[in-house]
Amino acid sequence: MTIEEIEREIVNEFDLFESWLEKYEYLIELGKDLPLIESSEQTDENLIAGCQSRVWLHAKLAEGLLVFTANSDAIITKGIISLLIRVLSNQNAADVLGAELKFINEIGLTEHLSPTRSNGLVSMVKQMKNYAYTFSNTK
Amino acid sequence: MELTKIHTDFPLLSRKVHGKPLVYLDNGATTQKPQIVIDAITDYYTEYNSNIHRGVHHLSQLATEKYEVARKTIQQFIGAQFSHEIIFSPGTTSSINLVASSWGRANVSADDEVLISAMEHHSNIVPWQMLCEEKGAKLKVIPMNDNGELIMEQFESLLSSKTKIVAINHISNTLGTINPVEKIIAMAHDKGSLVLVDGAQSVAHMPIDVVSLNADFYVFSGHKLFGPTGVGILYGKEAILNEMPPYQGGGDMIKSVSFEKTTYNELPHKFEAGTPNIVGGIGLGKAIEYINEIGFDFIIEQESQLKNAATKMLESIEDVKIIGQAKQKASVISFAINGFHPLDVGTILDQLGISIRTGHHCTQPIMDFYNIPGTIRASFAFYNTLEDIAKLRAGILTAKTMLS
Ligand SMILES: Cc1ncc(COP(=O)(O)O)c(C=O)c1O
Repeated sequence: MTIEEIEREIVNEFDLFESWLEKYEYLIELGKDLPLIESSEQTDENLIAGCQSRVWLHAKLAEGLLVFTANSDAIITKGIISLLIRVLSNQNAADVLGAELKFINEIGLTEHLSPTRSNGLVSMVKQMKNYAYTFSNTK
Repeated sequence: MELTKIHTDFPLLSRKVHGKPLVYLDNGATTQKPQIVIDAITDYYTEYNSNIHRGVHHLSQLATEKYEVARKTIQQFIGAQFSHEIIFSPGTTSSINLVASSWGRANVSADDEVLISAMEHHSNIVPWQMLCEEKGAKLKVIPMNDNGELIMEQFESLLSSKTKIVAINHISNTLGTINPVEKIIAMAHDKGSLVLVDGAQSVAHMPIDVVSLNADFYVFSGHKLFGPTGVGILYGKEAILNEMPPYQGGGDMIKSVSFEKTTYNELPHKFEAGTPNIVGGIGLGKAIEYINEIGFDFIIEQESQLKNAATKMLESIEDVKIIGQAKQKASVISFAINGFHPLDVGTILDQLGISIRTGHHCTQPIMDFYNIPGTIRASFAFYNTLEDIAKLRAGILTAKTMLS
C-alpha cells in the first residue's frame, strides 16, 4: 500500500471511535504491540531527545525499502509511534521524504504535534525524514 | 470568604477543556488572573496608555503615577523599607540574571564560592554557573535528604569566608519544601556572605517580610502571583543596590549622557533601562491589592486544607508515591505512579480537563537525585476546591485503568 492509502485506512479506523477514551485505549493497545527495537539498537545514539518521554528510533534499508523500529518509555507515545511506523515503514525513501502525514491531524492527535507536548513526536517525524534523506542519497 | 465568590473572580476557571469543566492544578507554573487585573490591563490601554517618567502631558503623568503606586503596593506587600528597593524586571529569571551579572561580576572573583541548593530551579542554577565559569569561581551545592529537605549541617560546613553569595529558593517548585530561609540567611551573614532568595513559589502563598528575613535580595514573578506575565521583581537592600554597577544601558537609567561620560540615574531607575512593562507593573499592583483583600489568613488555611486532603487522597491510591515529604511543605505535590510514565498520566488527565504538570519542572538535578524521568505535579491556589481533588483522584484512577 502507498503511504496515503495506509493513512486513509488509519483515519477510517479512528472514525469508528465515539469518544477520546476509546481513541486513547486504542493508542495504548498499539503501544503495547509496537515492534520493538532490538535491544542492541536501543542506544543513546538512537535516542531522539524529546523533552519528557524518551524515544529510540532505528532505520535500515531492506530490499530497497526503509524499515523503522522504535521504542519509547511512555506508552501513548509508543502508540503514536506505532502509527507512524505503520505508515512510513517498508516504503521507499523518496516517498517517506515527501509524506505529508495529514492523518495525524485527521485523527485528532494534532495536539501531540505541538511543541508544548514535548513528547518527541515532532522530533520523531523529523528524524524519520532525516533517515529517508540519508538513505535516498546513499543509493 | 466565599469560595464560590472567589471562583467567579477568575473568569478562566469557568471554562471547559476538551468539553469538561477545567480543573486547574498547575498554579506552580502560573496562576490565573482575577477580573480586576484583567480590567486594569484593559483600562490602561483604553484610558491612559503612554510612556512613563518622560512626558509632561497628562496621560504620561497618569501612567507614571499608577506605575509608581504599584511599586509602593509591592514594597508594602513584602515589607521593604523603601520603594526604590523594588526593581521591576521581566520576572524571576531576569532578576536572578541581573544580580548574577551586575553584583556577581563586581563581587565574585577566582576561587570565591557561590552556594546554591540541590533543589533549585534551572533559573537559579544556570546564571550562577555562567558567573562562576567566567570568574573561575566555584559553584557548590547544599545537598538534601530523601524527604527533600536541605541538610543544614552540610550547609554549615559548606559555608566559609570564600562564600560570596547563597542563592536559595524559599519554596521548591518541584518538592513543595519550604526552606528555612531565615536561618539560612542568619548563618550566611555570620560568614559574611549575602543571600538571594528565589521567592517565585512563595509570594503567592505566605506573607513575606524581607526586613525581618533580612534577605539581601528577594526575587519573584508577577505571573505566579495572579498578575500578568512579563513582569517581576528584584528586591535588594538599598546599600547593596547602590553599590552595584548598572546592568543594562539605555533610556531611563541615566542621569546625563555625553559621548565622553554617562552618569547613572538613582535607584530604582538605574536598573530599569528602557520602557518597562508598564501595564504589567500596574497589573501586578492590582493583583496584590486583590490578594490583600483575600488575606493570607484565608489563603494559608485554604491551601493547607487542600494540601492535606490531596496528600491523603494520593496516599490512598495504590502505587502512588509522593516525591518530596518535607515536614515543612507548601501546597505543591509531586508524585509518581509506579509503572507509568508521567507523560502518559498527564495526557489522560488533560483529556479529562485536569491541568497538571508533568516532567522535570526545570529541576533536572532533582530528577537525577530520585532517579526518575519526571513527576506529576499538582500545585494548588486558594481558589482550588476539595471537588478538584476528588476529580483528580477519579482522573488518576481512570489513567491507571487505561494504562495498565
Ligand atoms: C522556584 C522557581 N524559580 C524560578 C522560576 C522562574 O520563573 P520565571 O519563569 O517566571 O522567570 C520558577 C518558575 O517556574 C520557579 O518555580
